[in-house]
Amino acid sequence: MANMINLLMAGLATGAIYALVAIGFTLLWQTSQTINFAQGEFVMLPAFFVLAALNLKAPLWLALLIGLGASLLVLGALFKRAVVDPMLRHGVLPLAICTMALSIFLKEGVKESYSAEASPFPSFVPGGNVSLLGAQISIQSVSIFVFALVVVFALQAFLMRTSTGRQMQATAQNPSVARLLGIPVERMILYTFLINAGLVALASFLVSPVYLAKFSSGETLGLAAFIAAIVGGFNQIRGAIAGGLLLGVVDNFAAAYVSTQYRGAVPLFLLIAVILFRPQGLFGRAEERTV
Amino acid sequence: MGANAATLRAAAFAAGLLFLLLVPLGLSRYGVYIMSLWAVMTIAAMGLNLTLGYAGQVSLAQGAFVGIGSYAVAILSTNGMPFIVPLLVAVGLSFAIGWLLGYPALRVQHHYLAFVTLAFSTLVYLVFRNEEWLTKGIYGIMGFKRPTIFGISTATPLAFYYFCLAMLAIATAFLAWIVRSPWGRAFVALRENPVRALSLGVDTRRYTLMAFAIGSAMGGFAGAVYAPLVEFVDPTPFTLALSLNILMMVIVGGSGFFFGPFLGAAIAVLLPEWLRFAHGWYLVIYAAFVMGLLIYSPTGLLGVADRWTANRKTRRASAERAAASASLSPEKP
Repeated sequence: MANMINLLMAGLATGAIYALVAIGFTLLWQTSQTINFAQGEFVMLPAFFVLAALNLKAPLWLALLIGLGASLLVLGALFKRAVVDPMLRHGVLPLAICTMALSIFLKEGVKESYSAEASPFPSFVPGGNVSLLGAQISIQSVSIFVFALVVVFALQAFLMRTSTGRQMQATAQNPSVARLLGIPVERMILYTFLINAGLVALASFLVSPVYLAKFSSGETLGLAAFIAAIVGGFNQIRGAIAGGLLLGVVDNFAAAYVSTQYRGAVPLFLLIAVILFRPQGLFGRAEERTV
Repeated sequence: MGANAATLRAAAFAAGLLFLLLVPLGLSRYGVYIMSLWAVMTIAAMGLNLTLGYAGQVSLAQGAFVGIGSYAVAILSTNGMPFIVPLLVAVGLSFAIGWLLGYPALRVQHHYLAFVTLAFSTLVYLVFRNEEWLTKGIYGIMGFKRPTIFGISTATPLAFYYFCLAMLAIATAFLAWIVRSPWGRAFVALRENPVRALSLGVDTRRYTLMAFAIGSAMGGFAGAVYAPLVEFVDPTPFTLALSLNILMMVIVGGSGFFFGPFLGAAIAVLLPEWLRFAHGWYLVIYAAFVMGLLIYSPTGLLGVADRWTANRKTRRASAERAAASASLSPEKP
């Protein structure tokens, strides 16, 4: 029982991080039909911005702020301007391939310019354990989970309650009609990219203290975010949250109870099953299909 | 002008062939290996080009089929079978598995299909790594010989290069026949407008499966040539990265263009080698080049050529129109 609670809590913490990344992923898809194959590398990169700032003797809070700012600039605005904008009208596939190349670019660029080794990353949430029902629960896990959920609900509130948020939703649902209604569609799409950049930066700051900052750490995270987004539902934020949490828990239980060789296969089977039997995702709306 | 273009194309084809036949004579052992690898990857990319470029079905599993082909040949060859048997098994097995992988495509499209095939690709990798009784796991399989064709051994790098080239020629001829056959037309109809194809009596269901199966079989064929090329088969080359790389070759070369995969594979296999002088940075430069190219021309390298000839035609036509109206104008009052 104690073991189960530990697994569940660790799973929820990982899952909350997956959810952050998956939400950004679905937002980009909704507003600009961008399948970002570099999303995992987007999570890897901000940690290195912070490490670079720390190396210049910046205090942690300042380094985190710099990391966030640099992410918004590079992964948000620059990514949209330089990569997405020129390619958008040519369809989904060339853009997807371009993000694949971007992921190689970021990964190899960090490896060459910073380090090929895993670097320790300071945690800004408290460590230690608390006892609960006879289980030793890591405070770090709990605080990651809580922090991520707060971010998600704040984002949800922003999208639902504020005028800008509603304009963003309108843009995602139907850009032409949104434009007719006087919504600055271009700016709304830019906001989406900035939100994605903010989400991956936060995910990066939360996950790097646990798994260390390494140039290749985006590979597994990116894949997990894809799976979470699809399992939960590609077109709903609550789907990405549920998908992320579910995947985190399934992942952790599979690691404990399925053979170590095939633990990686469990999320994939989940993915295939969901796509084949409920393509809109567990919590998504059914999308109109062209065929 | 049509005859002119046809002559030009034939000349380019002959020059390319001559280049491929002669260039390895002046290359080092490693250079010949890279050229052989280019031929193998071209075959795999041609298969994906059929599935994606002609039939419009996204697949992120081509690397897995190269793996299946490689393992089929490695396992059967170590048991002492002549090359033709493992080759046929590799192609047949990939065809059958590709057919099955096509079934999800009947239900879902586009990015969903991409993710099903992505999951399949990762699962196949796990099987290669974990089923030690069959694949020897991470230790890999070695100790199988390169084939002897009509009594000629292909053991030397140069001989094996010509063997790869012959296999590439067979694959090219096969694909040229396919895309010109009624099947090829049906594939294009499927890509352009599935509903209309269905209403015109094209059995879209069968052709979707067929597009997957034939494309995958060519992946298996490439794998069957890859195994004797490297003479050691382990799971490492067959991760998702290979599938993504092959997809990149197809798009970079020009998806849906017959010779797109040749160029795409050349960029993906040869360009990183030329960039070796940049040491660790070569992949960064390569990735930047691919991004730049796609931003400039999302239809790939042959898309650039296509656009260029189209522009020239338009310019020539407007020049002719201008000349015609100039010669007409004096008659006008």
